[in-house]
Amino acid sequence: MSFGSLLALNLAEARDGLARKAFSARELAAAYNDAVAEAKPLNAYITPTPERALAMADAADERLARGAALPLDGIPIAVKDLFCTKGILTTAGSHILDGFHPPYESTVTEKLWQAGAVMLGKANLDEFAMGSSTTTSWYGPVENPWRRPGDNQPLVPGGSSGGSAAAVAARAALAAIGTDTGGSIRQPASFCGIVGLKPTYGRCSRWGVVAYASSLDHPGPIGRTVLDVAIMLGAMAGHDPRDSTSAPVAVPDFEAAISGDIRGLRVGIPKEYRIDGMPGEIEALWQRGVEWLREAGAEAVEISLPMTKYALPAYYIIAPAEASSNLARYDGVRFGLRVEGDSLDAMYELTRAAGFGAEVRRRVLIGTYVLSAGYYDAYYLKAQRVRTLIARDFAKAFEHVDCILTPTAPSAAFAIGENTDDPIAMYLNDVFTVPANLAGLPAISVPAGLSGDGLPLGLQITGRAFDEETVLRVAEVLESAASFRHLPGFIAGGR
Amino acid sequence: MALDKAAVAHIGSLARIRLSEAELEPLASELSHILDWVEQLNEVDTAGVPPMASAAAASLPMRGDMVTDGGCPEEILGNAPRVARGFFTVPKVVE
Repeated sequence: MSFGSLLALNLAEARDGLARKAFSARELAAAYNDAVAEAKPLNAYITPTPERALAMADAADERLARGAALPLDGIPIAVKDLFCTKGILTTAGSHILDGFHPPYESTVTEKLWQAGAVMLGKANLDEFAMGSSTTTSWYGPVENPWRRPGDNQPLVPGGSSGGSAAAVAARAALAAIGTDTGGSIRQPASFCGIVGLKPTYGRCSRWGVVAYASSLDHPGPIGRTVLDVAIMLGAMAGHDPRDSTSAPVAVPDFEAAISGDIRGLRVGIPKEYRIDGMPGEIEALWQRGVEWLREAGAEAVEISLPMTKYALPAYYIIAPAEASSNLARYDGVRFGLRVEGDSLDAMYELTRAAGFGAEVRRRVLIGTYVLSAGYYDAYYLKAQRVRTLIARDFAKAFEHVDCILTPTAPSAAFAIGENTDDPIAMYLNDVFTVPANLAGLPAISVPAGLSGDGLPLGLQITGRAFDEETVLRVAEVLESAASFRHLPGFIAGGR
Repeated sequence: MALDKAAVAHIGSLARIRLSEAELEPLASELSHILDWVEQLNEVDTAGVPPMASAAAASLPMRGDMVTDGGCPEEILGNAPRVARGFFTVPKVVE
């Protein structure tokens, strides 16, 4: 097969091709190594690992040859550089983790390697996953492979898993893993015209994932199709005793859940998601989504999630509070950057001043403030009480509906450098995605159409806790109806 | 809630992040702007509503109290910026 046609296969097709011996895992890995090199101008990878990819592919070929193939044998993927990978530089996009080579492997990546997946490299991200544009990385911004037709201005891929999403969209990875704390898988998937799933809290282990906000961080898959992310999730999910919040529940057959049949399903349409200033084209796409699901036999039900507008401010108390605690470990003593000072405190302060970028410092400072004596009740406890009300809104809605359909983000991709003057303008990107993190619910973004200026827009399906099966089933029906076949301006191997 | 320069300097010292004099004023304005925005939460009546710390089960699982890892000091020290004789080293903290 030619280079371009090999890269054009999605994960499910590549798996079939490998099983049929139409090509070898080594050929596939070599093609993707070349694609990673070709896509270098996007800056989607911090550390490509081409030799590791070939060695893993050879091991996959050996298993395929003796008929002992594993579920993801020979599938080349990108790993967000927030997952610890044993012996391979892990940066979290931060200067403060300079030179950090973890002595252990994260549970999720370990499971993927045990399923036969092939590592292409570590993908770029917002520093410590704090951002919605992948412009805060110490390793520079990531470019979206999409551009507005007739316009050369580089656009953001969304964030924080922007390197993972850009790599998948540009065909420089067959699939990828990311993490989603407030929308960091779904919003980049929407901006890059691909699929991203945030599973239920506790479905995928956080062990070995560099922590941002522990009660909100969710590892999850990014892929070209709903089926591809279902296949990935099957390999990533499962109870892990090393993560005390990992759920001891069985992993269903996510692939089998995609039946194409949503007849009789009740889909909630929350009226509070019609926010001021949302572009008409996103409202129109959402309406089209409602019609697609109706035509497939589902019933649309108007619901109310009255606390929606308070999700974002609650998030911007809770997430920085948890971050300020989690990031206390970066002290120049045990790993990463150290700036010498004439006392222990001076060493801590100088190391952290030099090692953290502006957005990370801002969130650590906010978090420190809202947890400090005298303000804890007014900010942190208040936000946690509002979080309870947000979770109750969803619980009430799910008494009447099986899933909820909304837009993923209030805009399409914006230019690199936009939304940087006002932190709150950047935070508003996550208005539709943050509620599912606060409530811990599974949610997926599916590419559903193009904006007026030719950029992808996603729709989001949110489900009940541990009901990824319904989420995937509805998402696949949406995907089929939308039949989004557009490609970005740049793809490895050419259009 | 408006933070002044002194408050920001205090938060910086609590967070162990050295802030220069020139950074204090812009940070005071940025952080105050964010705090003003989150204060819309005060519109919500949360009387009698318990705080939610996590979406996971409220009780933590128990495990056997036994050693399951360790014996690898070289690996642990391998990432440290400064080590001496099998220990992390820091600037002198006692006279």
